[in-house]
Amino acid sequence: MQFGFLLQQVVNGLVLGGYYLLIALGLSLIFSVGGIVNLAHGAFYALGAYISVEITKYLGFGSAVVLSPIAVALLGILFERFILRRFYDADPILSLLVTFALAMVTEQAIRITWGAPPISAAIPQGLRGSVFLGDFLFSRYRLLILAVVAAVLIGVWLLLHKTSFGRVVRAGIQRPDMVAALGIRLQPYMTAIVMLGVGMAALGGAFFAPITIVHPAMGAEIITVAFVVVVIGGLGSFWGVVIAALLVGVVRGITIHFAPAAGEASIYVLMFLVLLVRPRGLLGERIEKFE
Amino acid sequence: MTRYSRRTLLKAGAAFAGASVIGSPSTLSAQATRIKIGHLVPLTGFLGAIGSYAQLGVKMAAEEINASGGIMGKQIDLMSEDSVNPATASTKAQRMIEQDGAVLLFGEISSASSLTIMQVAERNKKVFFSTGARSDALRGKDCNRYSFHCDIPNTVMVNAVGTALKQKGMVKGKKFVTLTADYIFGHDLLKAAKAFFSANDATLIGDELIATDVTDFSPYLLKVRQAKPDVVCCNLAGNQVTNLVKQYAEFGFPYPLVGFNLNTGDAWAMGEGNLSGTWPTVWYHTLDNPASKAFVEAFSKKYGKPPENHAWIEYITLKMIAQAITETKSTESDALVAYFEKQTQFDIMKARKAYFRSWDHQLVQEAYPFTVKPKNEMKDKWDMLVLGEAVPAAGAELESIYPTKTQNPCNMKA
Repeated sequence: MQFGFLLQQVVNGLVLGGYYLLIALGLSLIFSVGGIVNLAHGAFYALGAYISVEITKYLGFGSAVVLSPIAVALLGILFERFILRRFYDADPILSLLVTFALAMVTEQAIRITWGAPPISAAIPQGLRGSVFLGDFLFSRYRLLILAVVAAVLIGVWLLLHKTSFGRVVRAGIQRPDMVAALGIRLQPYMTAIVMLGVGMAALGGAFFAPITIVHPAMGAEIITVAFVVVVIGGLGSFWGVVIAALLVGVVRGITIHFAPAAGEASIYVLMFLVLLVRPRGLLGERIEKFE
Repeated sequence: MTRYSRRTLLKAGAAFAGASVIGSPSTLSAQATRIKIGHLVPLTGFLGAIGSYAQLGVKMAAEEINASGGIMGKQIDLMSEDSVNPATASTKAQRMIEQDGAVLLFGEISSASSLTIMQVAERNKKVFFSTGARSDALRGKDCNRYSFHCDIPNTVMVNAVGTALKQKGMVKGKKFVTLTADYIFGHDLLKAAKAFFSANDATLIGDELIATDVTDFSPYLLKVRQAKPDVVCCNLAGNQVTNLVKQYAEFGFPYPLVGFNLNTGDAWAMGEGNLSGTWPTVWYHTLDNPASKAFVEAFSKKYGKPPENHAWIEYITLKMIAQAITETKSTESDALVAYFEKQTQFDIMKARKAYFRSWDHQLVQEAYPFTVKPKNEMKDKWDMLVLGEAVPAAGAELESIYPTKTQNPCNMKA
């Protein structure tokens, strides 16, 4: 009984981790390719949530979770073209400052557009409730999120490892000078990666809007967890981020089971322990060039 | 592409992400012909959403007072800032008194921040009206001569909902699980809830203390299911209530969810069909009396949405303060304390008038339980609650639902 219940907490943690993954993977990709720590990543997540709530009013939830990430990905083009592009070779402090500023500007813009009080969103009736597998219980809606995350994960992996696009991106991460010498311009690839990254963050926002509070500061809340996941996983490592996200979700679930008060602190303790043993993160050793 | 260590970059990034926003200092110049009043409410964090309503309410009250000639011919200078957290709240309160020349302070929703401002008030011998904090301890063992308490205390919220639940047969012999906010307010509410359960033959079979930064409740909900209670009781605060209710609806448990604390601003943020159960409130914009209706109309016209209960409480508090200064012709703390301790009656837009109890400085007033309106009866998205009968019932003593002297160990030093 106790073991079964614990297993259920583990599975639930995996689902939550999958959700963190949507945000952390994009953050990690943009960082790996462009060397930019995108502090505005949470702002795109918040925009994804707000835009999806608006679209839901007119076209329903199904359209919202498709259209909202697309809309935000298009904003990502502008973001890369007019802001990020100027900072690839500049002092990284500048890109930190500019993305931090953008995060604050976006939060304020959301406040002006939609107001400071949270806006309301709900799960469509058909997706509510739990499904049972024996004594195991799963939220129907979270199972859907899990399926979407799995699909996105497979898609991104295939894109990076099975296409010529992915080969250039991976080469760009490892040896940008060599890629340039071959006459390949990395910039269009960077635009695509930023689109993909912020689009994934927006997808996370769209899916979480119905089950969490949609308010202007939601982006600032999520980015801390996303950073923890990326740091635990190891920089630039695809599977590192995946494992870290799932681990964070599971550790949190189990901690809450045994010691509820330590639930939120547990992921920071996890980060501390991982960095103590592996300063580069779980799978971070593959990009030694940057250490 | 870059020559900088990625690790350094990431560390700097994490530092930035963790940096909290601190409000800008007030730059008002000192003018003896104006009355400076300091106002603090949380605009960030889990109470920020309702705090923003509070700020709208106080702005409107100040504008109305100033438009009608001010207090004794002097205009109010309202300094309204984000209290952020208990430490920042007390720092700002101290600064408002020492540097900005505030004659008194009011505001706050967080019981933890209110407690630190109360200490500043006592040290500086300035009056502080704690408008939205509900912990019993603030007007109990932590009370002091300079602090007044406008919102209903936790015990009253428990009594308001408890009475309604008893009428529905949801208390006697039932098993409860509570989800409680892990800070002074939650601990205090849980204490009141436990007292209520044991006095009414209910058992508490599970209790979860939840940190105020938790946004995902799924692990707790799994524990709730394992306990298999008859009723689940929410003792959370601010937008945590919103999150819990949304996720509770997501999992679709058969156990009814009720709560001993809810602000209507948080209820409005929940989304269609998520909220059910019985909850307490101190005021709601559909209250049927002329003063309340006029206030709701003016507020809605000005801001394009109805006032939340914190907008109302800040509004009436500043009006009570203005009345006190006008009638005592003084902004001196001792004169004001004496004025309120006379148990002067105030119209606070409810059926019965309210007064500050002299021995614990609690604003004694009616409270209401409410349930949720079916969707097809809602006039607009704000019209989602049905108020129950005011508690205490008409004819009963107002003080009957408040903690008595023996239950409320307030001992004010002279």
